[in-house]
Amino acid sequence: MVSQEEIQAAESRAGGIRSGRAPRRAALPPLVRHLLWALLAFAVVVAVSSVVDPFTNVRVATVGYLLLAAAGLTVLTGLTGQVSLGHGAFLFVGAYTVALLVTHVPSLPFWADLLIAAAVSGVAGVLTGAAAARLHGPYLAGATLALAVGLPAITQRFPDFLGGSNGLGFTVNSMPAGLDVPTTRWQAWVVWATVLLGMVVLANITSGRVGREMRAVRDDEVSAALAGIRVGRTKVLAFLVSAVCGGLAGGLQAFLLGTAAPGSFTPALSLTLLAAVVLGGVGSLWGALWGALALVALQAGAEELAHGLSLRTDVANFLPLAIFGVVLIVVVLVLPQGIHGLLRKIPLRRRKDSHVEG
Amino acid sequence: MQSDPALTVSATTVRFGGLTALDDVSLAVRPGTVHGVIGPNGAGKTTLFNVICGFVRPVRGEVLWRGESLRHHRTHDLARLGITRTVQGLGLFAGATVLDNVLVGAHRHRGSSALGTLLGLRGAVRDERRLTERALGVLDELDIARWRDALPGALPYGVRKRVALARALVAEPELLLLDEPASGLSEVEVEELVVLLRGLTDRTAVLLVEHHVDMVMRVCDHITVLDFGRVIADGPPEQVRADERVTEAYLGTAG
Repeated sequence: MVSQEEIQAAESRAGGIRSGRAPRRAALPPLVRHLLWALLAFAVVVAVSSVVDPFTNVRVATVGYLLLAAAGLTVLTGLTGQVSLGHGAFLFVGAYTVALLVTHVPSLPFWADLLIAAAVSGVAGVLTGAAAARLHGPYLAGATLALAVGLPAITQRFPDFLGGSNGLGFTVNSMPAGLDVPTTRWQAWVVWATVLLGMVVLANITSGRVGREMRAVRDDEVSAALAGIRVGRTKVLAFLVSAVCGGLAGGLQAFLLGTAAPGSFTPALSLTLLAAVVLGGVGSLWGALWGALALVALQAGAEELAHGLSLRTDVANFLPLAIFGVVLIVVVLVLPQGIHGLLRKIPLRRRKDSHVEG
Repeated sequence: MQSDPALTVSATTVRFGGLTALDDVSLAVRPGTVHGVIGPNGAGKTTLFNVICGFVRPVRGEVLWRGESLRHHRTHDLARLGITRTVQGLGLFAGATVLDNVLVGAHRHRGSSALGTLLGLRGAVRDERRLTERALGVLDELDIARWRDALPGALPYGVRKRVALARALVAEPELLLLDEPASGLSEVEVEELVVLLRGLTDRTAVLLVEHHVDMVMRVCDHITVLDFGRVIADGPPEQVRADERVTEAYLGTAG
């Protein structure tokens, strides 16, 4: 069908792939593999949280919920190609759901609050996704940005219920009786346990059939439909998954800070999340981790820098964002595949495809 | 040959504004046959495919699949009904490996739910293994298994074309729609395609649209000739070849 030279040329272009090789990592089913990763990650978090000070533990937890939010966004943007500039809105929904539940239904255990927050933001995600399924590219980005700008403003509309600009403050007593660890350490554990459960589900999606269908929809909607994939439903599913992650992340943030306030959910948050995804590497869950780590590290570095230079508060407040912007520009110029793209090239050169990895 | 038709296009008319793309077109595709549609550029061949796939709604007439109208079906229903299609631009998923491209085509035979995949249930894992075996089988059959982990963009056109065919075949369709399967192929590749298509007749009917008249004459059991949206000839290759109107459409005044 093609000449031998052509075959060889194509094989070298494609990375010398031979037929008949056993599938990699065939030994363990995906679920087991992902759970092992999660357990390992949790062990690392427990170890780290036990040696650092409370302030750093808050940062460890912050990496956690940002990771979940960024990973959810990765499924949406990286897998189905839908760009959301409004993901902060789902964090907002999750945070306020948790705040309201803790305040008004104190009898509920905290895990139930989180579940309900996930469900409520999931509904918001389905509604957004249904509207978004007909929009493409910049139109979708614009519509979702409007959501991020508009939604937090409802706190001003119902100041008695939603606390206006000050938001809702509350305390959660989630630590089991008899367990004696510092609060921030416990909080980091709760955040990361939730986040890692979410990540296991996301990894199942990206490595399995649903992820493959999402990538198909991203690459060619007509071919996807001809293969029997319901294009609209797949896009909405991505929004649902993504919004649930965002809602959980928001709920965890509220849990961590003991408050849900509109100031935490500005459009800048949404843009920062998307930037974190790009920085880490679009379409990879590992990329979401690097992105979340970079966000928190840059924030911390910028704060120290501002402190060291004794900058005025109004300048210091914007320094992290400015530094983050510069880093983002540099990464996009130098490493279009993000941090994960760089890391993937270094060890062993083992992956040749552009899979979203678990 | 006289079994009930699998697919029937009956008296179908399509207009784009003032242009009549298909004018009262009827044809019947019988199981186990290769049916070719030929005609000069703009004769309405691809429009015919687009009507069958639900991309274009006819103003009159309808498409019947095993006696049932496809009017109320959406594009994504076709694969489930047993109809798959290749498109002219190939429409491969650029960000997915050859194997994943073909696995998407196997969608029709999935057994597990989306929820099962999310939770990584055993059924989903088994399902995935089954689909992968099926896809690898088709890759082997089309002699492209060596590229299973490559991205389509890195491959020669002939191989990419086979990937598109594999994606349509893996669904084990009862009707395979091929939009210009021979275009861009070398003479040798066309020969291989002819052999391949003849070998498909024991499992699926094939309806193909093609410019390569010589290839169509050799591979098809039945040929429909379109010109300016109208059927000008319909019958076995030797009958169509002898038809004066066909020669005229290709060589004469219509050119």
